[in-house]
Amino acid sequence: MKPPTLMRVGVVAVAAVLFMLVLGWWQTRDGDRQAAGILPLPINQMSFALTDQSGDTVQPKDWLGRPTMVFFGFTWCPDICPTTLSDISIWLEEIGPEADRMNTVLISVDPGRDTPEILGDYLSNFDPRIIGLTGPLPQIEQAVDGFRASFRKVPQDDGDYTMDHTAGVFLFDADGRFVSIIDYHEDYRYAVPKIRRALE
Amino acid sequence: MKRIFATLALIAAAGPALACETVTVGPLEVSQAWSRASIGTARPGVVYLTIRNSGTADDALMSITTPAADMPMLHQTVMTDGVASMPHAMEVPVPAEGQVALEPGGYHAMLMELTQVLEEGETFPVTLTFRDAGKVTIPVTIQNIGASEPTCPSPDE
Ligand SMILES: [Cu+2]
Repeated sequence: MKPPTLMRVGVVAVAAVLFMLVLGWWQTRDGDRQAAGILPLPINQMSFALTDQSGDTVQPKDWLGRPTMVFFGFTWCPDICPTTLSDISIWLEEIGPEADRMNTVLISVDPGRDTPEILGDYLSNFDPRIIGLTGPLPQIEQAVDGFRASFRKVPQDDGDYTMDHTAGVFLFDADGRFVSIIDYHEDYRYAVPKIRRALE
Repeated sequence: MKRIFATLALIAAAGPALACETVTVGPLEVSQAWSRASIGTARPGVVYLTIRNSGTADDALMSITTPAADMPMLHQTVMTDGVASMPHAMEVPVPAEGQVALEPGGYHAMLMELTQVLEEGETFPVTLTFRDAGKVTIPVTIQNIGASEPTCPSPDE
């Protein structure tokens, strides 16, 4: 029997069109998300000035040229922040010296309590490559906004307060383009390859 | 292997506040109670542990007390659109013939207003009150500030 050539061509054509459609949908979806303020801005479009634990001013442009890993937290956070910090310490150790050329940054969402000294003291318990940033609240807000992240002060029964905040870890390549997010407590087997991708 | 267990049992029997102790109350078994070392007493501390229920009825952890904190509370960390918050948990359900873990990123006992610095390697007691089974006290092992899981083995390991 003769193969139904015309039909085959048709199938291939339909598949090609579908493929293009899906590709287009993906691209627009990413574009839409960026426009809708869901995806983080590229680092070169962010703007803020914060202070690290050694007192130096850090701006987003300082990160360009190196891959960047950023997360939000605060040192009065008893549950997920130490967990994220220890996860990150484990990932950095797994990646080894290769991770030296990455900016690994914790931005405090609690500048009222986290001074640069307090951040430094706290971070001394974790991987020394982790940089802690804090600063005036409007600058923190501007930084958080660039990542399309969020945070909120929540009063507690004892008169103290805690902070709700975005828990994922944001990854950018050396050109400052957003690469991916590592979700809170994401399995090591998925987290480490994501970081390696940002390092490429 | 048996000898190791015998030695471990001896070591465990030696101290008054035993690290890695498993306690029981009614059909409930509480194990792997751990915390993280604190820097001073200003920040809240945390307690994690595992509760197993071999009974045929559901129970619930209602509250905790400890000399280590003036205001201990049960919390649950929840993620909503990637944002973490930790509302007060009125109770932690302990299902019949099941178990529940207080663990990072989930239920936890939050120790507000610490009365003492939590020093790595030491222990402090926590008393748990269950709705049906009543009260039980367990020593909590203080681990490193960067710990993310208990060093104590699960009781059946
Ligand atoms: Cu809490």
